[in-house]
Amino acid sequence: MSFKLITLVVIVLGVLAVAQLVRLYELSSKLRGRREEDIPNRDNKLNANLMLVFMILFYLGFIWLMTKYGWTGRGVAASEQGVATDWLLNMNFWLVIAVFFITNSLLFVFAYKYVRKPGVKAYFYPHNNKLELLWTVVPAIVLAFIIILGLKTWNGITSESPKEAINVELFSKQFDWTARYSGNDNTLGKFDYKLTTGTNELALITTAYLDNAIELMQFGQLDSATQEPTILGIELLEKKLNDPKNIFVPEDRELMVKDLERKQRLVRLLHQMRSRHNAKLDAQAYDDIIQKDTLHLLLGQDYEFNFRAKDVIHSAHFPHFRAQMNTVPGLTTRLKLKATVSTQQMKVLQHDSKFNFVLLCNKICGGAHYKMKMIVVVDTPEQYLAFQASKMDVGGKPWLDEAKKASLLKEYKQIAKAYK
Amino acid sequence: MAALAHEAHGHHEAHDHHEEGFVSKYIFSQDHKMIGKQFLMTAVFMGLVAMLLSILFRIQLAWPGESSDFLSLFLGETWAPGGILKENMYLGLVTIHGTIMVFFLLTGGLSGTFSNLLIPLQLGARDMASGFMNMLSYWMFLLSSLIMLCSLFIETGPAMAGWTIYPPLSALPQAVEGSGLGMTMWLVSMTLFIASSLIGSLNYIVTILNLRTKGMTMTRMPLTIWAFFVTAVLGVLSFPVLLSAALLLMMDRLAGTSFYLSDIIVGGEMLENHGGSPLLYQHLFWFLGHPEVYIVLLPALGLSSEIISTNARKPIFGYRAMIGSILAIGFLSFIVWGHHMFVTGMNPFLGSVFVFTTLLIAIPSAVKVFNYLTTLWRGSLILTPAMMFAIGLVSTFITGGVTGIILADSALDITVHDTYFVVAHFHIVMGMSAVFGMFAGVYHWFPKMYGKMMNTRLGYVHFWITLVGAYGVFFPMHFVGLAGAPRRYYDYSSYGDFDVPAQGMIMDLNVIITVFAIIAALGQLVFLFNFFYSIYRGPKAVQNPWKSNTLEWTTPVEHMHGNWPGALPEVHRWPYDYSKPGADTDFIPQTVPLADGEEEH
Repeated sequence: MSFKLITLVVIVLGVLAVAQLVRLYELSSKLRGRREEDIPNRDNKLNANLMLVFMILFYLGFIWLMTKYGWTGRGVAASEQGVATDWLLNMNFWLVIAVFFITNSLLFVFAYKYVRKPGVKAYFYPHNNKLELLWTVVPAIVLAFIIILGLKTWNGITSESPKEAINVELFSKQFDWTARYSGNDNTLGKFDYKLTTGTNELALITTAYLDNAIELMQFGQLDSATQEPTILGIELLEKKLNDPKNIFVPEDRELMVKDLERKQRLVRLLHQMRSRHNAKLDAQAYDDIIQKDTLHLLLGQDYEFNFRAKDVIHSAHFPHFRAQMNTVPGLTTRLKLKATVSTQQMKVLQHDSKFNFVLLCNKICGGAHYKMKMIVVVDTPEQYLAFQASKMDVGGKPWLDEAKKASLLKEYKQIAKAYK
Repeated sequence: MAALAHEAHGHHEAHDHHEEGFVSKYIFSQDHKMIGKQFLMTAVFMGLVAMLLSILFRIQLAWPGESSDFLSLFLGETWAPGGILKENMYLGLVTIHGTIMVFFLLTGGLSGTFSNLLIPLQLGARDMASGFMNMLSYWMFLLSSLIMLCSLFIETGPAMAGWTIYPPLSALPQAVEGSGLGMTMWLVSMTLFIASSLIGSLNYIVTILNLRTKGMTMTRMPLTIWAFFVTAVLGVLSFPVLLSAALLLMMDRLAGTSFYLSDIIVGGEMLENHGGSPLLYQHLFWFLGHPEVYIVLLPALGLSSEIISTNARKPIFGYRAMIGSILAIGFLSFIVWGHHMFVTGMNPFLGSVFVFTTLLIAIPSAVKVFNYLTTLWRGSLILTPAMMFAIGLVSTFITGGVTGIILADSALDITVHDTYFVVAHFHIVMGMSAVFGMFAGVYHWFPKMYGKMMNTRLGYVHFWITLVGAYGVFFPMHFVGLAGAPRRYYDYSSYGDFDVPAQGMIMDLNVIITVFAIIAALGQLVFLFNFFYSIYRGPKAVQNPWKSNTLEWTTPVEHMHGNWPGALPEVHRWPYDYSKPGADTDFIPQTVPLADGEEEH
């Protein structure tokens, strides 16, 4: 309270003081016969000098920021795509910074130099076609150069992944990420959002999950201890609504009717899906591996990421790999990536033993948006193999066949060889 | 002095036969000058609110988790329990700050104020084509402002999906509480705003095309009018598209349609919507959103062209090239919207087309900058506060413009998309430039609006605090962005889990930014004081204080209906005959006929 009072008093006194000063200033102007629109040479000169002073301080500030905070605060580009864009970024930056310095300098120096001097008349110079042509054509040529280089890089980054790329899905929801590796067949199992249940968070399509989803829709879920329903199924909803002994507030009844109708429509769609389902495709889903918390990538391996969103738009932002793609509900988006620096190497390069790569959410997605992230680890061949060995697939089998370990390690070493 | 005032008054009486009541003069006024002032006052108030909101969330960003009396003073226990900002309210503040600044201050305020004031005055017209529609435009603007302000005070908070309100977040109250009533109010407010803007723009276009005085050909119009004209055309063509985007969103929210929604499970509820596309919204939004940038920027550039030429006592260099570049920017602004969507899942080939068109805009922009520089070259600059702000505008237009080249290049955009680099870019090139243009306009045309002079020395203080403060805020943001820091983050504590040095850097810079933001905000108090003090107690203005050529300075200082006593002025030359060789004075008003043997520019 005292803080508010003091603030108020200070503001009021401040305004009064300024008002008095201005009155004083105006009285003295009046006495001297100065009008507000006549800018005295002294004021002109002072401001012209300040323009120059500002320019110098502005540049010094810029240079200080550049030296202190570097080109980027996120270290070297740790992916093949990132190396390409960083090169282009640097080149563009040199150009842009040169233009920034030249044009700003011309502006402030002109403002300083050509301030009104008694007896000097402005030079009447309405146009010059040659000059105008010059500064249309020169930027056009420079831009053509920028466009061509930019599009070349862009096409490279967005083109199709090579055949040997591993398919990985990143699933986003408020407020976390889940990864799904495509397993030994390198094919991601199909999904449909209507199959989402507590046990099938990624909504994979298998015969069992289909039955499961239909059952849940039909009969709901009962708490195992109390036998009370935690999710109301169609049967229970109908029973409740039709029971003459139940009395509902009209609004509640309306909500329940709506819920029932929605579930009836959804279950119909599920039955259709079930009847058309090809059980042979179950295997594609069963050999997928679901991974939370940490995304493991193999050094030097090509990856093809598919992105999904459960609720709202998120954005998969890998600042150190210079990669980003939005995840959109109802649409699968993609990105290719090849990490070229391992986490171990990056810790050394950053002089920070606690450093880790990260996947951040970079599209506003709700209150805890700022917390939505997943640590990314770029493994050496040995580490990656150990990670694989620790994981079970959706079908409950181990990811790795013990017999193949040795040959896989050799293969991984071959892949990672170029990035030591 | 008293005699002079009396004379002016008598003069006024003689030509203004119908006496106006208070209501028709100050409230339901149909006079373009009064409506311009109404727009200005409303916009200044909205701008202050938006600035205050930004200070509130800047405090959170610089000192996260620390209790602040300032926050609890404005947000109370509901939104800042114990003086610590709530996550959701952070998003609400960011959203409403952006919305108010872009639409209410820089669209309504800038274009609304100066198009209304200057179009009839600089063209030699008695008033706008339709005074009633003009009044309607203001009242809808006021109503939409009020609704937007009210949304800050409701229980579930204002809209929280960012100023771009991308669905599904903005369509689903289950996803964030601000997408309930707050979002509905946002949409209603913006619908009214769009209607206001459309009515206003149509009026401006008709007035410019039909009500020019004798001799005022299109190529004798001041560049301000050219800028307002193209701005109005952009508004008419693009705002309806935003309206359609908003209406479809409204239907998704209220009528169960699936324009933007598909395969969604939110808050444990499986929605039935299928087949819609959130990308559709983004296309519709940015089809307005990008021309909107130029709706904000062109009037500021127009105002500064006029101010720079007048105060450099030199014709604007390359008048026709300036018109050409305004037209080129206007045209190109319609075919570049996709550069906001490079990483949204849009087809990459489409992305490359937008790279091409977007980078083309740099050409007319460069032409404008070089023409400004050449106008200053060998001028005789009078550094009035308006001139200083206009010079500041050229600087911010350059500084913000060059980073646009990085962002327009899709391959480079990937890494800086939605980071603070973007925030820095558009605040400098659009925010600072347009605000500087607006300040320049207020200082320059204040004598025309209120018949009084503003205090120039307070103007200088205001300018230097604003320039230093604003650059101090937005320049370091580039570095935060290059470090990869996403925008719209409530705090950067999660960086502690993977990169402590980067977190340290972001926090250091955030403190610097917030300190500058507070300085810049306090600097605006100087302006407010000067503005209101001068309205009531400023020294009386003379008819043509800046020795300017354009027609508005031939009207009497005292406002009157119909602007000119007697016949409308006749125009004989372009507006930029400053320091013309062979002339006695260093300015020749547009109403002066060409002398014998004198060549028109």
